[in-house]
Amino acid sequence: MNFFKTIYHSAVLENPTFVLLLGMCPTLGTTSSAINGMSMGLATTGVLICSNGAISAIKNLVPDTIRIPVYIVVIATFVTLLQMLMQAYTPALNESLGIYIPLIVVNCILLGRAEAFASRHNVVSSIADGIGSGLGFTIALTILGAFREFLGSGSIASLQIFPESNGALLFILAPGAFITLGFLIAIYRYFQNKKS
Amino acid sequence: MKKLKSTLPNMVIVLTVTTMIAGFLLGYFYQSTAEAREKAAKEKLVGAISQVVSGFDNDPSAEKTEIMVDNQQVVIYPAMRGGELIGCAVESSSNNGFSGKITIVTGFDRDCNILGYNVISHAETPGLGAKMNEWFRNDSNRSVVGRNPINKVLKVTKDNGEIDGITAATISSRAFLEAINTAAEGAMTYYQQSTK
Repeated sequence: MNFFKTIYHSAVLENPTFVLLLGMCPTLGTTSSAINGMSMGLATTGVLICSNGAISAIKNLVPDTIRIPVYIVVIATFVTLLQMLMQAYTPALNESLGIYIPLIVVNCILLGRAEAFASRHNVVSSIADGIGSGLGFTIALTILGAFREFLGSGSIASLQIFPESNGALLFILAPGAFITLGFLIAIYRYFQNKKS
Repeated sequence: MKKLKSTLPNMVIVLTVTTMIAGFLLGYFYQSTAEAREKAAKEKLVGAISQVVSGFDNDPSAEKTEIMVDNQQVVIYPAMRGGELIGCAVESSSNNGFSGKITIVTGFDRDCNILGYNVISHAETPGLGAKMNEWFRNDSNRSVVGRNPINKVLKVTKDNGEIDGITAATISSRAFLEAINTAAEGAMTYYQQSTK
């Protein structure tokens, strides 16, 4: 059950967005709607699982001094592969995520997990950590996107609930992202504290 | 296995091998997806063309011509039926957007009336300028469809024109209309050249 424990630990107790506050740039940039947030989360999850696995497999072959450049090369390779595959087979998805895909390379969740987890654990737990962190990130982005989409344009996952003209534009723009994120973190912390 | 020491030869070898493997993988995937990626890009273009002009029986993307308008390159995709020119789709762009380049495909009939348009790529603000792909259709005061930029250059109401620009996104609206006007001039030039 260790595998699932690791997933739970990485997704909930060390949630990359709400607890570690990693990867804020894509978090704020892609969450103008629930679907966008979710696709970005899933794309990151895919790369994270691959990079965590690969880095854990080569961890003893990489001298400490140059580990960061090697990790970056590994991560960048997977991201570029993902982008080429998406351009070829899912052009619509590639269209909607656009520039955010190459930006996964500089998402510090990937480097953070490589450094803090994959370089110290075996391949299987590293993949579990990748799945956990990725899912935690995806869920956080989807929730954030859903709130912003609802408050800003009156719909959730493109389902119109109240007319778009009544939405507060602020929530679609960057300041709304910060405000929503702040509230979500506060709520998350409240429940975490209550539990412990 | 013991971790490799950070000696110079170790570091050089590890980095070289890592980048070589990454390069090989990328090259392999680049080649194996090249065909599918090209096909996807072409399908997108053909889809955009058939959205803005209709009733043609040739392959407009195969017969494209490039024309210079005011030092800007526009691409013309002629639409033919039974060997007769019935209109064209014009790909044009403007660099005066709120954040970068806006590329649009516009359809024209033989008299340079606008049949339709499709925003191919842009980086405008979500919730503001990004609305342009829907904004300039429906409503008669906003719509550019059916107008003729050759008889009367399209301008937003703020510049004493007839088009209601996007609320709070005048810069994006101006850039959008600029690209459409350029496209119309390109279409006009093309018609004059082809009837000679």
